[in-house]
Amino acid sequence: MKKRDPDLLLFPAPLLQQGMTTPKAMRDVLYALLPATLASLWFFGLSAVLILGTCIFGAVLAEWLFADRRARSESLRDASGVLTGVLLGLTLPPGLPMWMAFLGGFVAISLGKVIWGGLGHNLFNPALLGRAFLLATFPIAMTTWVPTTGDSGFFSIYPGNLALPFMQVQIDGVTSATPLGMMKFEQVVTPLSELAFGNVSGSLGETSGLLLLLGGIYLWMRRDLDWRIPVSIVLTVIIFSAALGLFNAERFPTPLFSVFSGGLLLGAIYMATDPVTSPVTPKGAWIFGIGVGVLVMLIRVFGGLPEGVMYAILLMNAATPLIDRYTQPTVFGRGDKSS
Amino acid sequence: MEAFRFLRRNFEHGVHPAHHKQQTENLPIQRVPFGKDYLMPLGQHIGVPAQAVVTAGEKVRRGQLIAKPGGFVSTGLHSPVTGTVKTVGDFRGVDGRFAPAIEIEADPFATQQVDVNAAIDWRSLSLEEFIEAVQMAGIVGMGGAAFPAHVKLSVPDGVKIRHLLINGAECEPFLTTDHRLMLERPEALLEGAEIMRQKLGAEETVIGVEMNKPDAIEILKQHIKPDQPIRIVPLKVKYPQGAEKMMIKSVFDVEVPAGQLPRDVEVNVNNVGTIVAIADYFLRGMPLIERVVTVAGPGVTYPANLIVPLGTPVRDVVKFCGGLKPGSREIIMGGPMMGRPIASLDAPILKGCSGVLVFTEEQTARRKEYPCISCGRCLEACPYFLNPSRLARLSKSRMFDEMKDYHVFDCVECGCCTFACPSNIPIVQLIRTAKDDLTHRKEPEA
Repeated sequence: MKKRDPDLLLFPAPLLQQGMTTPKAMRDVLYALLPATLASLWFFGLSAVLILGTCIFGAVLAEWLFADRRARSESLRDASGVLTGVLLGLTLPPGLPMWMAFLGGFVAISLGKVIWGGLGHNLFNPALLGRAFLLATFPIAMTTWVPTTGDSGFFSIYPGNLALPFMQVQIDGVTSATPLGMMKFEQVVTPLSELAFGNVSGSLGETSGLLLLLGGIYLWMRRDLDWRIPVSIVLTVIIFSAALGLFNAERFPTPLFSVFSGGLLLGAIYMATDPVTSPVTPKGAWIFGIGVGVLVMLIRVFGGLPEGVMYAILLMNAATPLIDRYTQPTVFGRGDKSS
Repeated sequence: MEAFRFLRRNFEHGVHPAHHKQQTENLPIQRVPFGKDYLMPLGQHIGVPAQAVVTAGEKVRRGQLIAKPGGFVSTGLHSPVTGTVKTVGDFRGVDGRFAPAIEIEADPFATQQVDVNAAIDWRSLSLEEFIEAVQMAGIVGMGGAAFPAHVKLSVPDGVKIRHLLINGAECEPFLTTDHRLMLERPEALLEGAEIMRQKLGAEETVIGVEMNKPDAIEILKQHIKPDQPIRIVPLKVKYPQGAEKMMIKSVFDVEVPAGQLPRDVEVNVNNVGTIVAIADYFLRGMPLIERVVTVAGPGVTYPANLIVPLGTPVRDVVKFCGGLKPGSREIIMGGPMMGRPIASLDAPILKGCSGVLVFTEEQTARRKEYPCISCGRCLEACPYFLNPSRLARLSKSRMFDEMKDYHVFDCVECGCCTFACPSNIPIVQLIRTAKDDLTHRKEPEA
């Protein structure tokens, strides 16, 4: 060793790495959600901004509050808090009081993520956990659907948004049933074209199926999502409803209606594919997706609720560790082929 | 059906690093001038170290035997230069441990003519004599593992080798030694292949070359004589195509069972460099005293493919290439995926060292590690179908014994998982730690 030699590092191989990082993957999901989010602004006006904003605020606040002080800036920078806020906001009804949305975001991160040990350790999808919390706590506000703003313009706000915390919520104004609600309780079928473009009442993000698909294709191209999960969910739902249609085409929804209505695409593309809470093995992904699809249809068709995506995904989240354990890949040279 | 076989001709999983070969792939192999100090560690290969047969102060000629095999899984060692043995003693090796080595000082006035024996009549040798000759010539796997070549040749009774597979994939980024050897010495490669094939009694020779070396494929095809049962198989460009079990899967569509060797599926795999070394020994009497090394990477002023005498300090090699650029932070021996960093420029070039790669700040910056989000990219990268995500988690919790249930010892440390990980988790390091603990742990006395 001579004096003028450079100080050599001993950083272990591999020195090369592909460019993707976890925060980048998170941001990719945000970009993918952009078209659908803009559509929600288009359909629900300023209310969408308020709901999404308070959700993100609640989520990020919880992240900041509960993060280790030294790791604070890092855990905020990985964008997972913002993503949870956006995902939660997109599942909420546009007329929801803002303080509830805030509470939802806060609970999603604190009870959905931080308490488990932070990013990567949670069993349930935080956004859906937050929504489940809201649905259990404020069942009326969470199931009061309003029509799209239509002609009344961007700057009109649904009166419910501005309700004060813990006051009796004044739900006046016009309410309107979601396509799934109409299907279940009134046997009215919404035309597919409206479903695909999203001009129907429903939660903020579950309106435009085509824009959600667009984001999904972006994620698939960036290899940010496991394509097996959305594909298996959608295929299962199609097969399930087609099979039901064989028995009674009048009573049960058509396959395409099942796919484009409600939160199915939002859930299948953006929530079921949450890498943390879905199986890591390829075989497990298929099982997980099929499980979600079957549960969605069971809840929608035979259950008491019009929509079942949230519970379907949460239930399969709970099964994920088990699925992972039993679907370990066959190690090279240990398969039946070669033994 | 043959057309469909071609489509299947691949192993599953793996990764696609940028191959960075443009730096040196068109540069002809040059010879490094002789320097002054040479250090020949006795354990340059996997197995038992060789035993020195020279003592300090003794004069040696280039190509003279300086150490004899220390056992069966061991090879001979020859002096890379004409000069004087300075010391026979312990020197610090690449891994930081002290290991025996022979230090030779070159004679500045010597011609450095190789003290060659005449070509060896390999046809008249029996298989045992052939194996012993390979062992004494010091020939080891030149792809990086440095596994003694003669051990692969000695097959137990009842096992038949049907295919000789020559590995010209060179899937590691940056490295171009095998590529240049195939381009510049196709005759030697094909002659060496014939020697090996006839001695093994194999039916055919297959040379696997990644498709990013079309010129090498073309030249080899031109040099094959019609009566030689040699075929060239172009392989998909994918890392780790050159891992022997992966290459067997790609070429023959056979999985070598875990814990078994290529010979169990009737294949013998050798690197291009190894075969050329065999040809050099049996046709020209030249033992393994030098090898081709790619010097490249963003920190090298003039990248090159060089013939370097073994034992040359990296310092001399780098100096020949114009020195290090400012900002060079790390030197890797071997490829960037599996190579080993060296702590000092005094480290010598060894038999298994296919590259000297110099990296700068950019590649060696500490990457921020994020928690594992179970995205599964490592599972889709692992060519051995392990669960690196699980292994890394277990290793972090120091649950090394549980890792055995996840077949941690099937891992070849190719680095695909770590390459693919978006959370920058040093998965390979964690696995190495566990393997090391499991193999070196002292069981408590009962």
